[in-house]
Amino acid sequence: MNYTIETILIGVGVFLAVLGAAFAQDSLFQAHMGVLAISLAIGFILMLRRINFAPAGAGTAALVGGAPSESEYFDEVVRYGVIATVFWGVVGFLVGVVVALQLAFPDLNIEPYLNFGRLRPLHTSAVIFAFGGNALIATSFYVVQRTCRARLFGGSLGWFVFWGYQLFIVMAATGYVLGVTQGREYAEPEWYVDLWITIVWVAYLLTFLGTILKRKEPHIYVANWFYLSFIVTIAMLHVVNNLAIPVSFLGSKSYSLFSGVQDALTQWWYGHNAVGFFLTAGFLGMMYYFVPKQAGRPVYSYRLSIIHFWALIFMYIWAGPHHLHYTALPDWAQTLGMVFSVMLWMPSWGGMINGLMTLSGAWDKIRTDPIIRMMIIAIAFYGMSTFEGPMMSIKAVNSLSHYTEWTIGHVHSGALGWVGMITFGAVYYLVPKLWGRERLYSLRMVNWHFWLATLGIVIYAAVLWVAGIQQGLMWREYDSNGFLVYSFAESVKAMFPYYVLRAVGGALYLVGGFVMAYNVYMTIRGYQRNEAPIAGSVPVLQPAE
Amino acid sequence: MSILDKHAYIERNATLLLVSSLLVVTIGGIVEIAPLFYLQNTIEKVEGMRPYSPLELAGRNIYIREGCYVCHSQMIRPFRDEVERYGHYSLAAESMFDHPFQWGSKRTGPDLARVGDKYSNEWHVQHLNEPRDVVPESIMPSYSFLKDTPLKVSNIKADLTTNTEVGVPYNQEMLDNAEADLKAQADPNADTAALLARYPKAKVGDFDGDPNKVTEMDALVAYLQMLGTLVDYSSYNDESGYR
Amino acid sequence: MAEKHVDEISGVSTTGHEWDGIRELNNPMPRWWVYTFYATILWAIGYCVVYPSIPLLTENTKGTSGFSSRASLTAEMDAAKAAQKATLDKIAATPVGDIAKDKTLLEFAVAGGASAFKNNCAQCHGSGAAGGMGFPNLNDNDWLWGGKVEDIYTTLTHGIRYAGDADTRSSEMPAFADVLQPEQIKQVAAYVVSLTGKPSDTALVEPGKQVFAENCAACHGDNAQGNREFGAPNLADAIWLKVKGEEQIAAQVSHPKHGVMPAWGARLGDATVKQLAVYVHQLGGGEQ
Ligand code: HEC
Ligand code: HEC
Ligand code: HEC
Ligand code: HEM
Ligand code: HEM
Ligand SMILES: [Ca+2]
Ligand SMILES: [Ca+2]
Ligand SMILES: [Cu+2]
Repeated sequence: MNYTIETILIGVGVFLAVLGAAFAQDSLFQAHMGVLAISLAIGFILMLRRINFAPAGAGTAALVGGAPSESEYFDEVVRYGVIATVFWGVVGFLVGVVVALQLAFPDLNIEPYLNFGRLRPLHTSAVIFAFGGNALIATSFYVVQRTCRARLFGGSLGWFVFWGYQLFIVMAATGYVLGVTQGREYAEPEWYVDLWITIVWVAYLLTFLGTILKRKEPHIYVANWFYLSFIVTIAMLHVVNNLAIPVSFLGSKSYSLFSGVQDALTQWWYGHNAVGFFLTAGFLGMMYYFVPKQAGRPVYSYRLSIIHFWALIFMYIWAGPHHLHYTALPDWAQTLGMVFSVMLWMPSWGGMINGLMTLSGAWDKIRTDPIIRMMIIAIAFYGMSTFEGPMMSIKAVNSLSHYTEWTIGHVHSGALGWVGMITFGAVYYLVPKLWGRERLYSLRMVNWHFWLATLGIVIYAAVLWVAGIQQGLMWREYDSNGFLVYSFAESVKAMFPYYVLRAVGGALYLVGGFVMAYNVYMTIRGYQRNEAPIAGSVPVLQPAE
Repeated sequence: MSILDKHAYIERNATLLLVSSLLVVTIGGIVEIAPLFYLQNTIEKVEGMRPYSPLELAGRNIYIREGCYVCHSQMIRPFRDEVERYGHYSLAAESMFDHPFQWGSKRTGPDLARVGDKYSNEWHVQHLNEPRDVVPESIMPSYSFLKDTPLKVSNIKADLTTNTEVGVPYNQEMLDNAEADLKAQADPNADTAALLARYPKAKVGDFDGDPNKVTEMDALVAYLQMLGTLVDYSSYNDESGYR
Repeated sequence: MAEKHVDEISGVSTTGHEWDGIRELNNPMPRWWVYTFYATILWAIGYCVVYPSIPLLTENTKGTSGFSSRASLTAEMDAAKAAQKATLDKIAATPVGDIAKDKTLLEFAVAGGASAFKNNCAQCHGSGAAGGMGFPNLNDNDWLWGGKVEDIYTTLTHGIRYAGDADTRSSEMPAFADVLQPEQIKQVAAYVVSLTGKPSDTALVEPGKQVFAENCAACHGDNAQGNREFGAPNLADAIWLKVKGEEQIAAQVSHPKHGVMPAWGARLGDATVKQLAVYVHQLGGGEQ
């Protein structure tokens, strides 16, 4: 294909970024536009080298080695997406381990750029938006094509979504390190990065919806309900929560449209549903395709799918105020947040039941197929964190857990357990298929990854439960005379061993990530490790009964 | 069979699926967020709240830039231990000029909603410079670069103007004097009467220990020193805020 | 309608559709799931009736319980205060100097003081009250403003050089850079060092003594033993608050640093400040 117009557009982008840097109102904007100019320039050069002056359509070399050249599906972008998922996953876990260590050993802060306050948003965005986002985009593109039996809509729009999204990640990440942030959790990027991702997201919605519209199946598969609702809801949340007025069109700073209590609820309406739609609905879409495929079994209950889908998306939106229990948010809103969170328990578990029970008839695979095992543990952690979440939403429980490490433990049992593991399962499923390999480089390495990650999560979550509860109890401990027992600093000191252990758990998880990256790399290169098969995985010939 | 069979209709129509999901997900937000803008009891009636002075606003922007909110809350909950540790629970009114709010969600460090006036400027400077010098148990990063970084605000008036656009009641006089107020607040020799009339209770003088320079440290400490000090609690009736 | 199809392994019929080989079974929703879901919904409705919940046009529903988290706090605080009331009333009625005479009051005040100290003072004076550079040690018997419990009480109530309190303890050492020649400053610094250590140049001490008598003795006393009237530290006891060595002494003389301690009376209330004073007094250095 001929990318002349795209190349020219990127060139114009470089020019505009340089202009932005030259006329910047503040030094942060200047530096950030510099980053943009360099990123786009790299893209420009790469594009120039690819421009093919032969007639359109004649001969495109596949970019990633050894891919099957033509299929009815647009899989090249999915291949890129899988690589990006693995890459950003490792980066995000690595930054996670770094920030975990910084809390234990504050000397690891390198001011100003690598201070905890700047790296923590880098971690959260890297894992949620870079790792999770790429996983969602890649798998949704793969799944929607197959379950609709249609090629991805929009031609090279898919490429725009992919590269536009990577540009968003680079701009967000470099922004945090430089100090460009709106100070809104999970929505930290400043106004111009927000605008850019809005454009990319609309393109994503178009590609996805367009593919569904031209499907050859009469019905839309349940995975696509979840993906679609995730895409459209995130669009709504993002736009409303990021409403802000920039100080200057050539400056990085903006002031949010809302303030104080209204801003707080808007932010947590967004923040909670970043969890509900990004980290839950989207990944349920993933589960609904990859679990039945890997297990070779039908989805357990169609009716359950319907009820839990609608109940989930309806109720999730209401639960945001559980992040603001006992704050200056009026009590009535807290009540609504709490009761909807509790009602959300069963709709969440509907997904878990449908996932787990899909294995009925294939339970033996848990012993023999490490990929299935990864998916099962993901669903188990999903069930666990969606039980813990409603429990933490109860005001009495939240009065203890809020502000403490307990929340962090909850986050990571959902994040490492559910989001991470279901993604790993999908990656292991996809890689051999996408690159036309007979099998993965090594199944034993998948097994290793499974145990490293599981052990890592268990350590991480268990340690932080203890830490969080101890911290919460220390803050409210009274002596017999009715006086507070501990100073804040004493509670900080008490966290030290937990912070160290958490870093150990995180490091195990990170090592698992490296193992996956190696395995994926070798599979793509076309190698197969010479290893003994996992016991029972190869059907042993048995005499007929 | 049942109503569930009707679902097949939605499953065959992508646009319908899209629109119905969008409708379903808008309801909760509208019911919960919109009333906060019109219900009278959302923001308590208090005396003393005023917009941030230019120097405080600049300090607040540094607070946001450094991500202090990832470790510090600014929201004291109505619990006995919190009130005894940090002071009166936070009111919605106290963050009504906060674009964005900085209530936080994690207390790796203590709440800062009422840290204003609790310590001396000197202590804040020492603490931000190297927290473990004053609090050996601390795990807070050091921010020693702040006292070496001159406060660069190219156009503070534009910041104030943008704030008026999102509803902060800066008046014309405040806008016109923004630049001068910014400098005067950190200058121990300046005449600050007019500044204090515009921004009552603002802390004035040198904050960072170097009266000849206005640094980011000056701005950040000026911000920290005003946190939670504005509302006049002697005239506030707790019961009026029950809701 | 799609064609009929039955899953062989489970014997359950499917919906008949197939996507990339995936089918869906027609299993019913698990009963326990449905009933638990109903139960949470019923509970939610009940909870919303009892608690404030629904936003209307001008008000929100208050719930049959009339609950308010802020009102609950008031009740909780009242209960806590009621439990301490007898002792607190006694403390309020007792002059701070007499609290230690009543054993139960003393024990209570030390406990309360220790708790308040952890949350308000330790950040400056250290968790063991041993102080640090610029922040005095409260365990020793070196006092800037007096070590009787009444003195400490006054210091705590009004603070030191604290702008927000009209009665704060305030006296500032003047900047001698404008008054003395640089040479004289060196001399006086050498003299001050000589009181407790070895000056770098003994020839400076004699003239320094002269400078001291003329400029410093007014505050720090003829023998540099300090003066609590002005919070002027004793310079002859080898306990230094803000300087280390001759050079820093010279710097202090040219451009003195003034310590600031916040006033606690308004912030913590009189009862707590009394407890703090008693607590600090009994740390070790308290004077009678
Ligand atoms: C890694 C987490 C972390 C970050 C980031 C952080 N702090 Fe802290 N902060 C702490 C901890 C822990 C304490 C308690 C120990 C101490 O006093 O140093 C603390 C204490 C404080 C205190 C004293 C509060 C009190 O009442 O004792 C202030 C003021 C403060 N921080 C301000 C800031 C500011 C301003 C920033 C950003 C520029 C910041 N902190 C960033 C962890 C952090
Ligand atoms: C912002 C830091 C800070 C805090 C917080 C603080 N102090 Fe101080 N305190 C000081 C400084 C500085 C001085 C010495 C002032 C001077 O140079 O005269 C001082 C002096 C004192 C003195 C007088 C010592 C003497 O020798 O006369 C006492 C007693 C004292 N503090 C007790 C307390 C108590 C009790 C608290 C808590 C309620 C407290 N301080 C909180 C900074 C602080
Ligand atoms: C007006 C009263 C006054 C005069 C005159 C004065 N001082 Fe001071 N001096 C103080 C006070 C008050 C302090 C405590 C510092 C503070 O917190 O401001 C102090 C502190 C000091 C310190 C630091 C002590 C420590 O423990 O770190 C030194 C050294 C000192 N003075 C030396 C001198 C010398 C030498 C002179 C004469 C050249 C002098 N002072 C004149 C009031 C005075
Ligand atoms: C190697 C693995 C990881 C480690 C070591 C790690 C470590 C950390 C640390 C230290 C924090 C800061 C906690 C605090 O402020 O007290 C954090 C926050 C967070 N992490 Fe991770 N993390 C890891 C993986 C992940 C993954 C895979 C995800 C998501 C998919 C994730 C999502 C988050 C989120 C959302 C927060 C913010 C929590 C909050 O604000 O309540 N992390 N992580
Ligand atoms: C029914 C489902 C769930 C409910 C009701 C729920 C509820 C909660 C509650 C009450 C908190 C604590 C808020 C606070 O005190 O500050 C919380 C925090 C959090 N949860 Fe969940 N949770 C659910 C599922 C999940 C899942 C599956 C994930 C992740 C994949 C997740 C990720 C998070 C994150 C990231 C936070 C931290 C937000 C922050 O403070 O920064 N939750 N959740
Ligand atoms: Ca944003
Ligand atoms: Ca200065
Ligand atoms: Cu939530």
